[in-house]
Amino acid sequence: MTQRITIDPITRLEGHGKIEIFLDDKGDVDRAILQIPELRGFEQFAVGRPAEEMPRITPRICGVCPTAHHMASTKTLDAVFHVTPTPTARKLRELIYNAFMMEDHTLHFFFLGGPDFVVGPQAPAADRNILGVIGKVGLEIGGKVIKVRRECREIINYLAGKVIHPVCGLPGGVSKGLDEEHRVQFLETAKSAVEFAKFALQIFDDVVLKNKTYVDIIVGEAYKIKTYYMGLVDSKNKVTFYDGDIRVVTPKGEQFIKFKAHEYLQHIAEHVEPWTYIKFPFLKKVGWKGFTEGAESGVYRVAPLARLNASDGMATPLAQKEHDRMYEVLGGKPVHNTLAFHWARLIEALQATETMVQLLEDKSITDTNIRNIPTETPTEGVGIVEAPRGTLIHHYKTDGRGIIEEANLIVATVSNAAAINMSIEKAAKTFIKGGIVSEGLLNMAEMAFRPYDPCHACGTHALPGEMPLIINIYDRNRELVKQLKR
Amino acid sequence: MSNAKPKVAFYWCSSCGGCEESIVDLAEDILKVVAAVDIVFWPVALDFKKKDVQAMPDGSIAVSFINGAIRLSEQEEMVKLLRKKSQLVVAHGSCSHLGGIPGLGNFWNRETIFRRAYLTTPSTDNPDKVVPLEKSVVDGKELTLPRFYDTVYALDQVIDVDYYLPGCAPPRDLILNAVTAILEGKLPPKGAVLSPNKSLCDDCERNETKPEKLTIKEIKRPWEVMLDPEKCFLAQGVICMGPATRTGCGERCIEANMPCRGCFGPTDQVYDQGGKFLSAFASILDTNDEKEIDKIVSTIVDPAGTFYRFSLPSSILRRKKLEAVR
Amino acid sequence: MSNGPFEPKLVGFLCNWCSYTGADLAGTARMTYAPNLRIIRVMCSGRVDPQFVLKAFAEGADGVLISGCHPGDCHYQEGNYKALRRAKLLSKMLEQFGIEKERFRLEWVSASEGVKFQHVCNEFTEQIRKLGPLNINQNGGNHEQRQA
Repeated sequence: MTQRITIDPITRLEGHGKIEIFLDDKGDVDRAILQIPELRGFEQFAVGRPAEEMPRITPRICGVCPTAHHMASTKTLDAVFHVTPTPTARKLRELIYNAFMMEDHTLHFFFLGGPDFVVGPQAPAADRNILGVIGKVGLEIGGKVIKVRRECREIINYLAGKVIHPVCGLPGGVSKGLDEEHRVQFLETAKSAVEFAKFALQIFDDVVLKNKTYVDIIVGEAYKIKTYYMGLVDSKNKVTFYDGDIRVVTPKGEQFIKFKAHEYLQHIAEHVEPWTYIKFPFLKKVGWKGFTEGAESGVYRVAPLARLNASDGMATPLAQKEHDRMYEVLGGKPVHNTLAFHWARLIEALQATETMVQLLEDKSITDTNIRNIPTETPTEGVGIVEAPRGTLIHHYKTDGRGIIEEANLIVATVSNAAAINMSIEKAAKTFIKGGIVSEGLLNMAEMAFRPYDPCHACGTHALPGEMPLIINIYDRNRELVKQLKR
Repeated sequence: MSNAKPKVAFYWCSSCGGCEESIVDLAEDILKVVAAVDIVFWPVALDFKKKDVQAMPDGSIAVSFINGAIRLSEQEEMVKLLRKKSQLVVAHGSCSHLGGIPGLGNFWNRETIFRRAYLTTPSTDNPDKVVPLEKSVVDGKELTLPRFYDTVYALDQVIDVDYYLPGCAPPRDLILNAVTAILEGKLPPKGAVLSPNKSLCDDCERNETKPEKLTIKEIKRPWEVMLDPEKCFLAQGVICMGPATRTGCGERCIEANMPCRGCFGPTDQVYDQGGKFLSAFASILDTNDEKEIDKIVSTIVDPAGTFYRFSLPSSILRRKKLEAVR
Repeated sequence: MSNGPFEPKLVGFLCNWCSYTGADLAGTARMTYAPNLRIIRVMCSGRVDPQFVLKAFAEGADGVLISGCHPGDCHYQEGNYKALRRAKLLSKMLEQFGIEKERFRLEWVSASEGVKFQHVCNEFTEQIRKLGPLNINQNGGNHEQRQA
C-alpha cells in the first residue's frame, strides 16, 4: 500500500518549498523529495543593465542577506572594470560585511535555529520561537539580542544607506566614508558585540552541550552525511568572509582543490532536475552521481560548518579557541554532523565581531580616499564572498561600455540544495517506519533542513506561533485519510 | 461575545523576503503591534496553511499585507484566496505595488529565462536539456510545480488592492504609521499610497544646491566620477530618479551618496513613472542641436531599465513585446 | 481573424500653430492622403508628454507621429526643441520595448506645408503597412495562460 505524505509549505526555508514523502508497501520511506517552486530569472534580466547597477539589483535576490549579494556584486565590478579598491574602501567593505555576518548569524541562532535547542526539540511547538527562548533565558538577554542586532545593522545603515538593500558599492571603492565620531561610536558597538558573541556561545554550552539528549541528537546518525566541504580561506587557510581563495576538502578532511574566483567554472557545475526550479551544484572533478554522499559523489556543502571544515582554523584568537573546542568535543576534523552547523555559526559570529574591532581600532579607516576611478575598458569578472549561508558567486560579462551581456550566479544555499534533500531523506528514512507517522516526524523534518539556514529563512520569528507544518496522509486512492497539524 | 483582536495576515509572492525583514526591523515596536492583533497567516513564521485560510469566513481577516510580485500560478491562487477572506488588502513593498525588481523579467519571457537558467549559463551541466516541468515523474511518482508565467504582474493587476505601502523595502516609520492608521480606522480614501504625495526632491537635503535653471551638458555614470556628497546628482550629470519619485523614504540612498532609483514609485499625478522621468530628463538636456542631442542620448545606456527599474509591470506598456512565435 | 488587408492605426499629435494648420490646408485643398492618421491637436509639440505616446501604443496604435513647427519657429520659442530631445530619448527607449524605431516619428510641418503633410501621412502609412501590425497585447503577454 503506497502512501504519499505532503509537507506544504516548508517554512523558514526557501519560502515556497514543499516536501513529498513516499512510503513503500511496508510503510517505510522509499523517497523523500524537497521541491522548490520558485524562480525569478535574475541571470536573464540582468542582460542589458549597466554593470554598476548590479550591486543595487542583485540584493533583491534575498532581503535577508542583501549585503552578501551587494558585496559579491561590487567585487565582481572590481574585476570587470579591472580596478582595485583603495585600502580604506576595502576596510570599509570588510567592516560592513562583518557587521552583517554578525547580525545575520545572531538572527538565525536566536530567532530561528536556536529555539530547537534552547527550548528543546520536544517542547510544544508554540514555545519554539524567540519568545520561548526569552522565556528560558530571560527578558534581559532577549533585549540584548535585539539591541546588538539593531546596533550592527546601524553600522550598515550608516555606511551603506539601507540595511535592507545596501547601495554604497562601486567598482574601485565605496560611495561613503567613515568619520572619527562614528568610528568611535561603532567601535563601542563592536566591542559589546564581541561580548555578546562570547555570551551566545556560553548559552550554547549551558543549554545544549551540557544536555546529553541534545548531544546525542547532534552526534547521531540521522543527521549526518559525509560530503565534500567548501569555503573561502585567506593566505593562511583560515576562515574568511569577504575575500580569499576557495578551498574544498574531501569527506576525510584532506585538501581536494584550492582555486581563485575566476577559475570557478573549472570546478563547479550545476545539475538540473525537472521536479524543482532550483539547480544542484556539484564538483566537476568528481562528477554528478546523484543524491549520494561520500568521496565518489560530487555533492559538496557550504556555510558555517563547511567553512570551518574546509579551513585550518579561524582568523581571530577567541574564535580559534572555540573552533578547537568544537572539534575536540565532536571528534576531530571534519565534522559531518549537520546539527553542528548551529555551533559553527556562533563561532563565525565571534570571528566577525573580533574582526570588526580590529578594523575599527585602526584609525586609518577614517581616511577619505575611498574610491579609485576605473580607467580600463570593462570586460568580464567574477566576485566571490562567503554569504552567511555559503559560497556566493557572481560572474558578469559586459560590452565595452559596461553593459551586461551575460550574468551567471551561483547563490549560496543552492550549493546546499542537494545536501538538504539528502538530509531530509535520511532523517525521514530513519524516523518513519512501518507506516507510523507522528508528531516526531514533524520535528525531524524541520531539524533536517534548519541547520543549513537556507536563504529566505527570514528572522520574523519574534512572535508566538506554531511550527507551520501540516502533514497530509493519502491512501492509494488519493483520499485524505489523516491530517496532522502543528 | 469577546472583543476579538483584528485578524492580520502576511503573505509573500515573488519576493526576496526584504519586506518580511522590514517587519522585523520594527524591533521593539513590533511587540506593541503583536499585542494588538491576531496574526492568522504568515507562511514564513507560523503554522497556518492554505486550508486554514480557505476555512475562514469571507472577510474575516481585517487586513492582509501582501508583498512580492505575481510570477507563478501558485501566487495568483493565494492572493485571490486572501482577497476573498480579507476586508482590506495592502500591497506591501515595491514588488506588489509596482512589480519591483522581478518586474525586469518583463523584458523577457518564460522561454528566454528558462533557457538562460537551465541551458546556457556557463556553469550548468545539462546535456539532456532538462528543464523544470509543471508535471514530472520520479521513480514512478508524480510531482507538480506551479506554472511560471511569461509576464510579471503587480498585485493590483490580479486582485483589487485597497492601499499601497511603497518602498524596497518600506521604511519602518511608514509601516508603523500604516499599521496604526489601520488599527485606529483612520485611513485615507481607498487606493491611496501610504506616503506623502510629493516628489523626493521636495525633501532632499541637496535640493538647495540645484541651480535655478537645471541643465545637463554631459551625463556621468556613477562609476565614472567622484560623487560630490553635497550636490544634487542631476546637477552633477548623474541620473537620479528623485523628480519622478514619491517621497517618504528618508533619502537613505542619497545619504549614502548614491542617486535615487525610484523604488517608491511616482506621485498620484503621474500615470507612468518611467515615461514621466524621461520627459523631465530629456527636457533638461542642454542642447538644441540635433547631432548633439544624438550624442548625449547615446550615453544614456539603459533608459527603460533605469527609468522603470522598479515599475515595469505597472507601466503603460507593461512589458517588451513578446516574440510572435511561441 | 483577418478582416482583409492590414490597415495601420496611426495616431498623430499635431501642434496647433503649424502642423495642425498645415494639415487643415491639405484638407481644404482637397489633397488625397491616407485616412489612417487619427489626429489630436495640441497647442505645441512640446506639450506632448511621452506618456501620451506610450498610451497610444498600449491602446493599439501601430504608429505614432508628433508634428510641430520647424526649429526656430516655435510659437512658444523652445517647445519644439523639448519635443526633439524627448523624441530622441523616447525612440531609444521604445526599442527596448520591442517597438521598432520606424513606428514613432517626429516631423516638422509648417502652416503652409499642406503638401508635406500629405507626403508624411502617405509615407508613414505605407511604411507601417509594410512593417505590419504592432499587436502589443496590452494586457501583458499571453494572459490566457494565467489561471482563471
